[in-house]
Amino acid sequence: MASNEEILAGLAEIINEETGLAPEAVQLEKSFTDDLDIDSISMMTIVVNAEEKFGVRIPDEEVKNLSTVGDAVDFISKAQA
Amino acid sequence: MSVPTLRQTQTREYSRIIGLGVYRPSVLVTNDDVCQWIDSSDEWIRQRTGIVTRHRAPAEVELIDMAEAAAREALEKAGIEGSQLGAVIVSTVTHPYATPSAAALLCDRIGATPAPAYDISAACAGYCYGIAQADALVRSGSADYVLVVGAEKLSDFIDNSERSISFLLGDGAGAVVIGPSETPGIGPSVWGSDGSKWNTIGMTHSLLDVRDLSDEAERDGAGNAAAVLGTEAKIWPTLRQDGQSVFRWAVWEMAKVAKRALDAAGIGPEDLSAFVPHQANMRIIDEMVKQLKLPESVIVGRDIADAGNTSAASIPLATHRLLEENPELSGKLSLQIGFGAGLVFGAQVVTLP
Repeated sequence: MASNEEILAGLAEIINEETGLAPEAVQLEKSFTDDLDIDSISMMTIVVNAEEKFGVRIPDEEVKNLSTVGDAVDFISKAQA
Repeated sequence: MSVPTLRQTQTREYSRIIGLGVYRPSVLVTNDDVCQWIDSSDEWIRQRTGIVTRHRAPAEVELIDMAEAAAREALEKAGIEGSQLGAVIVSTVTHPYATPSAAALLCDRIGATPAPAYDISAACAGYCYGIAQADALVRSGSADYVLVVGAEKLSDFIDNSERSISFLLGDGAGAVVIGPSETPGIGPSVWGSDGSKWNTIGMTHSLLDVRDLSDEAERDGAGNAAAVLGTEAKIWPTLRQDGQSVFRWAVWEMAKVAKRALDAAGIGPEDLSAFVPHQANMRIIDEMVKQLKLPESVIVGRDIADAGNTSAASIPLATHRLLEENPELSGKLSLQIGFGAGLVFGAQVVTLP
């Protein structure tokens, strides 16, 4: 099971691969849409890669609730527990 | 008295596509046109969808006219007459009559009467469903030649002010003739459905709602849809989708289906010369190419940039264009996969005509 720091680092890597955004720009309080400028299609690509990386299931209806990077880290952390 | 043994049709081993035809309607709708109806920009639409223009049919060009034009080219390329067809299958979700079928009318227009004729409702998978059926009909000996048409006039079923799907859609038709072959020309079809996602793409409301809304409108003297549906919907039903769910399903589930179609045909990505997925969204196409690990030598159908998403017509339209731009693809292998409302999907490897 990954720590929150590891989840954040893993997400930053996935986001970097999809959008080219520098991993250090991916911080807990950042909003996917407003701060990181990630569109809904990239978001789904990130979600599917995160599912694979962390071995969790993130349902479609849950994706809408993940507005910040911190929301995603919390969700993945709880889903792994 | 003994029961006599039933005689069976003579089966044959192989079928293939022997002629392909298309119809692209004349009205060009640009992203700037779309931005008059929704708050968006050319850049936003290109980035999210890869679409630059879409072709739409003017009011006087009906679905059946587009289907007929595509069918006539397919027959000509196949070198056969309509009268030689053993079945006519039209795949469409935009034929504006629940009954009678578009196929029966098309069959008559192209001189194929009294061939069996029927429509199939498999949305964006409709062309691949049609190929699966035509392949089976030819190999079972039920028909020598089968016409499969994917035709859509989606512009009759959109609401320009809605943002989930309408701006993606275009009109058009594609047709193929499937006939007997000396060698395998159509791999096993991998097809199926997932009705648990029935609500993710489809019409805003049913024909029964249209009846109730029309009655209501007659009584009120206005189209008070809200009273009946509890929404701001208009009487005329139009298409909607849950884009994110559909995108996820389309890329990751459909890449698996496409791989199964390759496995079923006993080939690998390196054996392909072309890949023609349903033209739903350029980002779906790009992601599928990545998931399938297609070598760069595989030419990918990207007709969506000019034609938009034309549902059942998109694969034959994109294939036709690939063959016009790369005539050397004739006789080579193409992986095609359709997926859409139902949800439904169908894929097969075919030898290009």
